[in-house]
Order: sequence, then structure tokens, then C-alpha cells
Amino acid sequence: MADKEKYLTKLFGLKNLHKIEVYLQNGGYEAAKKAIKTKKPQDILNEVKAANLRGRGGAGFPAGVKWGFVPQGVEKPKYLCVNADEGEPGTFKDKYIMSHNPHLLLEGIIITSYCVGIHQAFIYIRGEYEMIARRLEKAIEEATAKGFLGKNIFGSNFDLEVIVHRGAGAYICGEETALLESLEGKRGHPRLKPPFPASIGLFGCPTVINNVETIANIPFIMARGAEWFTQIGLPKDGGTRIFGVSGAVKKPGIYELPLGTSLRELIYNYAGGLPEGKKLKAVIPGGMSAPVLKADEIDIPLDFESLMKAGSMLGSGAVIVIDHETSMLDVLRVVSKFYAHESCGQCTPCRVGVAWINKIVQRIAAGGGQPGDLETITRLASAIKGKTLCPLGDAAAMPILAIVEKFKDELLDQIGSLKDN
Amino acid sequence: MMDLSPETRKKITQLTAKYPQKQAALLPVLHLIQNEMGYIPQEAEIWVAELLGLQPVRVKEVITFYTMFLEKPIGRYHLQVCTNLSCTLAGAEHILNYLIKKLGIKPGETTADGRFTLTTVECLGACEQAPCMMINFDYYGNLTPEKIDEILDGLE
Ligand SMILES: Cc1cc2nc3c(=O)[nH]c(=O)nc-3n(C[C@H](O)[C@H](O)[C@H](O)COP(=O)(O)O)c2cc1C
Ligand code: SF4
Ligand code: FES
Repeated sequence: MADKEKYLTKLFGLKNLHKIEVYLQNGGYEAAKKAIKTKKPQDILNEVKAANLRGRGGAGFPAGVKWGFVPQGVEKPKYLCVNADEGEPGTFKDKYIMSHNPHLLLEGIIITSYCVGIHQAFIYIRGEYEMIARRLEKAIEEATAKGFLGKNIFGSNFDLEVIVHRGAGAYICGEETALLESLEGKRGHPRLKPPFPASIGLFGCPTVINNVETIANIPFIMARGAEWFTQIGLPKDGGTRIFGVSGAVKKPGIYELPLGTSLRELIYNYAGGLPEGKKLKAVIPGGMSAPVLKADEIDIPLDFESLMKAGSMLGSGAVIVIDHETSMLDVLRVVSKFYAHESCGQCTPCRVGVAWINKIVQRIAAGGGQPGDLETITRLASAIKGKTLCPLGDAAAMPILAIVEKFKDELLDQIGSLKDN
Repeated sequence: MMDLSPETRKKITQLTAKYPQKQAALLPVLHLIQNEMGYIPQEAEIWVAELLGLQPVRVKEVITFYTMFLEKPIGRYHLQVCTNLSCTLAGAEHILNYLIKKLGIKPGETTADGRFTLTTVECLGACEQAPCMMINFDYYGNLTPEKIDEILDGLE
């Protein structure tokens, strides 16, 4: 991509960008100032809706539509929760936004909160990112000292407080209702929906929940407009994504590219292709929950619709590349172990089903595979899909089903050869 | 009475005031206690429950739900090796086995001198530096046996 199309990560190379002076020297907080001083909340909402900014956390729901669900004119306070849990295996992009440019996130939070009428925002950040949490707190201090946060922001009558809240090691807390429970000081047990958080969320009040990268897009939409946004990427799926590439590539890392960039291009042109002597076998295109694609399925544009049509998903934009020497049984083992470990235990199909699949896979890996094992795994996974309280059940079932279906012959061979040893 | 430093107590008071409901401060308060004491002792559970107006069982429930909260003291350096997919693809098993041999302990155990505790963890959000691990709150990536030797030698 021409570098001019990058905007989220464009300044990342600057020294000390995380300090407010450097951010200000580069146009920082201009968008928030413009929003608060010259725009009505409804104008901003219309702009974000027109941009059709789709959520960057996983499901791709349009942010403007979500904000529009929040009831206005109610007595109760409203809250913003920024989802910085970043637990989806393969995902590490939000870390770069928060550590390189924490003020960009704060600026997005200010505009979002002003638009929806929110006076208290929480950044729910995974517990392991303690250093980044400290950096965010420092940034909040700097912004408060300048009058960009706190009382009467930019001399207006708008108040906003931002609190960094650390999680404590539980993947499920990335799920939005589990996140709310966790923020309230409880175990991360997802809630039944509806009601949706937009009407009944944190402390029973209307709540907006958005991913870090989603919120980081807001200042740019504010400054440059919806039309500019829809011209990058695809008309209905505009802007860039920060793709995180890991696994068997020469240059793992983040790559900011317009939506609709081909998966092949990302792997070969940007991430440097596979290391010498390695051949491509499979790709997980959107975090571990995304069903695997085979090597011959990578000529596909990276956008929500295209991946859905291909039976997978864009999810968190985390691309995991698997080479020909990797055993898919090993991949299946890691995937099933992860979800068995992370199930919160509220629903029987998820709690029992995933643990059972994991046991079967462990037994196969130990050389005890039996005829019919793959069928049993398929049957169990199908019994989880669509039958659980939160999407973790599906997130576990879908990748497992895809691996078994697409790599059946390899898995059968392995069951046989492991037994012979 | 709980043996907490005045600084931590002050931070706890400030924290609980920030939230619309004080119970919401449970996770941050537990983090502060663990940062100071290294784990969350039984007496702290009771103390926190009283402070936040919670049943002690609610506190216990939370401590056992979240993997980062520790109910028992561990070694001075907590080595957490990621064994999720990107790290596995980059040889996490090899790294883990090297540490098991070098330290003479299995995952979940602490060395006899109390210096090191070894655990395996799920994705740490540093897959671009696979294979990786955390030691306390610091990340170490692109691990090799040589690099591990160097890192461990560099610790006090
Ligand atoms: C099991 C599970 C884990 C999730 N983890 C995350 C996460 O770590 N970060 C995130 O932003 N969204 C995560 N999500 C998606 C959130 O539930 C929610 O859709 C998202 O934060 C909404 O933000 P967005 O619309 O801006 O994408 C997860 C969902 C599920 C089901
Ligand atoms: S699907 Fe799994 S993680 Fe989600 S609520 Fe049910 S048991 Fe918990
Ligand atoms: S898989 Fe190891 S850090 Fe993500």
C-alpha cells in the first residue's frame, strides 16, 4: 500500500509519540477539539454511520449503528467500555496502538463519549499489559493537565473521566457481557442477550463497548469525513485494518492495509512470505476462532463479507500462517486445549463438549487414536455450535470442525501412524 | 489486621472512590495487594470483602476464576511460557522443555531456592515475537536456549 493510505500507524515511527507534546505537534487532539467546539453529537453520529465503520474487535458490527441504539434522554448515566482485552490468540494489534499512540485512543474516547453523552469511560485492558496500562494512565494524566479530560473539556461544559481497568487473565472477559461482569468486580460470566449492553450494560446502565482499533479510527473520521473513509478499502467496509501476522512468515508483525487487500499479498508481499524451505499449508485468517483456510484458498480479499462467504471470518484481523511441516493434529490439540481451558463453564455443551474433544485429541496425540474418533469430534462440535449462551461455544466449534473437515486425510494418517509407533 | 504499606492503602482508598459502585474496584484492589504481597493471603480476602461490602465467597470466587491471582506464594521470578498456537508453531515446546531441564522443575512448580516458578500460559498477545514468555511483568520474545541462558543469568 502506498504509505499515504496509512493513517492509524502512520506516526508510529516518531520518537516519543506517546508523550502529549509530540502528539500535539503532529495535529493531535485537533479532531476532538473540532468535535466539541463545532459539532453537535447528532452530526458526529451521522458521520460515523455514513462511514459505516465496522467494529475491529471481532464481529464487525457498524459502530455508528451501535451508538445509535443507546437511548437518549434517560436519567441514568451512560458508560463507554473500550475493549482492550486482546485475548484472541494471534492478536496483538491493540497493544501497538496503546503503546505507540495512547493519546490517539484517548482522543477517540473523547469524541465517542461526547457523541453518545458519556461522562465516564473505562479502558478494560488485559492484566498482562501492565506496562501499557501504566502508559495509558500517564497519558490520561497529561491530557487532564491540558484540560482535554476532566471538567469542562476544551472550555466547553462537557466533562469526561477515563479509568484504566486491568483484567486478570481470562480470555472470556473479552466477550462484551463478560467484560461488563468483570468490570463490576465479578467472575467473567457472559450474560444472556437481549437485553443488549446499549440499553442495559455496566451497572445496569446504557453502555457502548468498542474495540481499541475501532475507537482509534474515530478521530480520523472526524477530521477527514466519512467520504474519505469509504474511499479507503471498500465502500461498505471502509478504512484500513491493522493485520497482525504471526507463525511461519519471515517478517511477523503488524501491517496496516486497506480492507479488501488480498490475503496472499499480505503474506507474501508484506510479511515476506514463508521462511526458506517452507511451503504454505494453511492459514487462520482472523484469530484462532476463525476457521482455517487451505493453501489454495488464500486468493481472497480481506474484508468481512469475503471471508464469511469463504466459510471463515475476518475477526480480529490476526493472521496465523501454518507451514507444511506442521502437523494439523498439533494445531487441533492447541486449539481444543485453549477453548477447554477458557470455557467459563456456564453452558454444558461448551464446558463438557470442548473438554471432551480436547481429551480425544490428547489421546490421539499419545498414540491411542481409534476408528470413529474424528466422527465423534465432529458430532460433539456440531452439538456445541449455536447452542450456547455466548459466542465462545461457536468460536471453539467452528475452527475445530474446519480442521477436521479440511484435513481429514492427514488426521486419519496420523491416527494410524501414531498407533503403529 | 492486614499488613499493607501506607502507599498501597492510600491507592486502594483512591481507587474505590473512582468507581460508581465500590465493588467494581475488586480486581484492581486485588492487583494492588498481590503486587505488594506476591499473592493474596486468606486474611486479605476477608479484609477486601469487608472493605468493599462483599461476601467473602464472592472474593474467593473471583480469585479462583482469574488465572493471574495467586492463592499461594510463588518464586521470586514467575516464568510464564506461552504454549498457544503461534508460539507452538515457533517451537514453544522446545523452549518449555529447555526450561524444565535447566530449572529442574515441571510447569506449576517452584525451584527449591524459591527463585523461579514455571507455568505455561495461553496467548500473551506477543505472537509476533514467538516463542515468548513473561517474567513477572516483562516480556521476552524470539526465545532460544542461548537467549534464555542470557536472560536468567541477567536476573539478580
Ligand atoms: C470469547 C470472546 C472473546 C472476545 N475477545 C475480544 C477481545 O479480546 N477484544 C475485543 O475487542 N473484542 C473481543 N470480543 C468481541 C466483543 O464481544 C465485542 O464484540 C467487541 O468488543 C465489540 O467491539 P467492536 O464492535 O468495536 O468490534 C470477543 C468475543 C468473544 C465471544
Ligand atoms: S459458551 Fe462457554 S464461555 Fe460462553 S457462557 Fe457458555 S460456557 Fe461460558
Ligand atoms: S501465541 Fe504465544 S503470544 Fe500469542
